[in-house]
Amino acid sequence: MAKEIYSKYPLIKYLRKEALPTALCPGCGGGTVLNAFANAVDQLKIDPKDLVVVSGIGCSAWIASPYFLADTLHTTHGRAIAFATGVKVGLPDKKVVVISGDGDLASIGGNHLIHAARRNIDITVILVNNFIYGMTGGQVAPTTPFGAKTTTSPYRNIEHPLQISETVAAAGASYVARWTTAHVYQLIESIKKALQVKGFSLVEVISQCPVQFGRRNQMKEPAEMLRWYLKNSVPISKAKNMSPEELEGKFVIGEFVNRERPEFVTELNKLIDEVQEHFGLKGESDGV
Amino acid sequence: MIIRGDEPEQIRLIKKLYKPGNYFMQGNEALSYGALFAGCRFYAGYPITPSSEIAETMARELPKLGGYYLQMEDEIGSIAAMVGASWTGFKVMTATAGPGFSLMQENLGYAVMTETPLVLVDVQRSGPSTGQATKGAQGDFFQARWGTHGDHPIVALSPTSGQDAFWEVIRAFNIAERLRTPVVVLFDGVLAHTRELVKIPDVEEVEITYRKLPANEEEAKLPFGDPHGDGVPPMPLFGHGYFTHVTGSTHKENGLRDVYTPEVHDKLVRRIHRKIEQNRHVYEKYEEHFTDDAEILVVSWGVTARPALGAVLKAREEGIKAGLFVPKTVHPFPGERMRELGKKVRAVLVAEMNLGQMIIEVERYLNDDVLLKGVNKIGGVPLTVEEILREIRGVA
Ligand SMILES: Cc1ncc(C[n+]2csc(CCOP(=O)(O)OP(=O)(O)O)c2C)c(N)n1
Ligand code: SF4
Repeated sequence: MAKEIYSKYPLIKYLRKEALPTALCPGCGGGTVLNAFANAVDQLKIDPKDLVVVSGIGCSAWIASPYFLADTLHTTHGRAIAFATGVKVGLPDKKVVVISGDGDLASIGGNHLIHAARRNIDITVILVNNFIYGMTGGQVAPTTPFGAKTTTSPYRNIEHPLQISETVAAAGASYVARWTTAHVYQLIESIKKALQVKGFSLVEVISQCPVQFGRRNQMKEPAEMLRWYLKNSVPISKAKNMSPEELEGKFVIGEFVNRERPEFVTELNKLIDEVQEHFGLKGESDGV
Repeated sequence: MIIRGDEPEQIRLIKKLYKPGNYFMQGNEALSYGALFAGCRFYAGYPITPSSEIAETMARELPKLGGYYLQMEDEIGSIAAMVGASWTGFKVMTATAGPGFSLMQENLGYAVMTETPLVLVDVQRSGPSTGQATKGAQGDFFQARWGTHGDHPIVALSPTSGQDAFWEVIRAFNIAERLRTPVVVLFDGVLAHTRELVKIPDVEEVEITYRKLPANEEEAKLPFGDPHGDGVPPMPLFGHGYFTHVTGSTHKENGLRDVYTPEVHDKLVRRIHRKIEQNRHVYEKYEEHFTDDAEILVVSWGVTARPALGAVLKAREEGIKAGLFVPKTVHPFPGERMRELGKKVRAVLVAEMNLGQMIIEVERYLNDDVLLKGVNKIGGVPLTVEEILREIRGVA
């Protein structure tokens, strides 16, 4: 009973039609992220044959895998970046992109996230931060706002959320930006930049999960969540002059870093070259 | 599509770097050279005693061959990176010990389910937990078999010396490539650190296998099909425009997830089992000594197979008709041969550095009239010839 798919959407060519319609709930921010990613790929004229998309486990992991028509590697929970590291070493000329959730990439996968940033390996990570574990039924996440309600913090969350973009920027990434699903054009621009940067890039997208998060926190309509994002977003330039108290509960958005640093796979190949040179292993005939 | 490590250039490099001849080296080093000869050009790992010399050797040698050494942030990341690299066409390996092997188990299952060739060396050390971290043991026999979850087959080999490790790791790569599956090498801390004579052959004497690649577009579109009836799907590598979808969830032949149809799961998991069962000739291997007329059979594996052979030789000198059976592929267990041998002998002694693991496999193939006894020792010190001989005399 395959449902009819509206094929006029011009970017449908980037999607794996046999996998549609998506499993995401109506109103989920995941659709916006997929759309933004497809737009970025289209605007940059990246041939999907030159893309490998890797994801972990969670609703957000489904955004590009299986829906995006490229080589896609859907991995274990938390490990997408580590899998992607092996892919990037094998295919240094391809764009290796990880799209997954905040629980996946920053909780169970937090170690891989900061170490990939430290290594500055040329992988683009689109981290979908919906403040919750959506797929497993709305449990508290390391990004859940202080005081928010979830199925495992039914009274209120007493833990402080991890500031992912700040952490990854500090760990050494080449490019870090944070937007919300209410900032679609900025988001597309940032994904484009991230895809072009030679080094580790992270685009954190604050994205609505009306079903698991919104419903339990007086925002069961997607639009209410988008209004919440707009009302509380603070550009990074302005945030610099604000006190921690003033920033409580706000979403700092914008570009956190955009810098050049030696990239891991490039350095690895340079090292191999040097070693082969040093041991006289280069070139053809050497009397063997 | 290319499998890294099979270019003619690689043969030239190996020839230039590693002259055939006799060397005095650690088991860990011998095993590493075996991996290099087998075509391993990607290693991702995390240091742990008693496996670390494998990482050190690979870090030193791989760049010379144009290969990659990655020290990951942990063992989970290591096996993950290997899977990613394998899908780009690398022959890949990691080495670890008990605690690290435990951490790798989830992704070992992922490699089984996604049919990703890789070689995972577990240099067994004393446990549970950090136990005696620097001491050898043979306690991971069942971790190799049942460490990850679900119904899954596994192929595991166990070398008995440094020289054997050189060849067995090559065999591990060949099996992994031929059957598109992870292969575990159960080495141990004693052999890993023992220095002994290792003969390095000419690279052209080494037979090397490469994974089957899709013959055409159609085969590439079914990365989990079975076009050749041997249970082994050709592997379309990433980066060649096939838009391959790989997931650890239950998937159809085209790779797309279907976790709701019982038949899809049944068919996939049974095929993964069948490809291991029906290709026994690819990996089954065991050694036998004096089994023709043996009345008492010693069964042993890995490091313990060596004092076991010593004990059998001594017993023969004393006129006791003892024989030795050494499974070299320990999983799947060479059960048919074990059953045949069990019918011919009066007593079976299973010697191993644990409290009794392989003996459970052996027992499954014996009739009730055979006396079965374990010769077990833990504490980090290997069994001696004398200790095993004493047990042989005891049942003679
Ligand atoms: C090792 C492991 N632990 C736990 C799970 C269960 N699990 C599946 S998805 C998920 C959370 C996903 O959260 P997030 O990444 O934020 O994605 P979302 O669904 O919110 O988009 C968890 C805990 C798992 N699959 N594997
Ligand atoms: S549960 Fe939340 S994150 Fe998951 S698909 Fe539904 S709305 Fe999206």
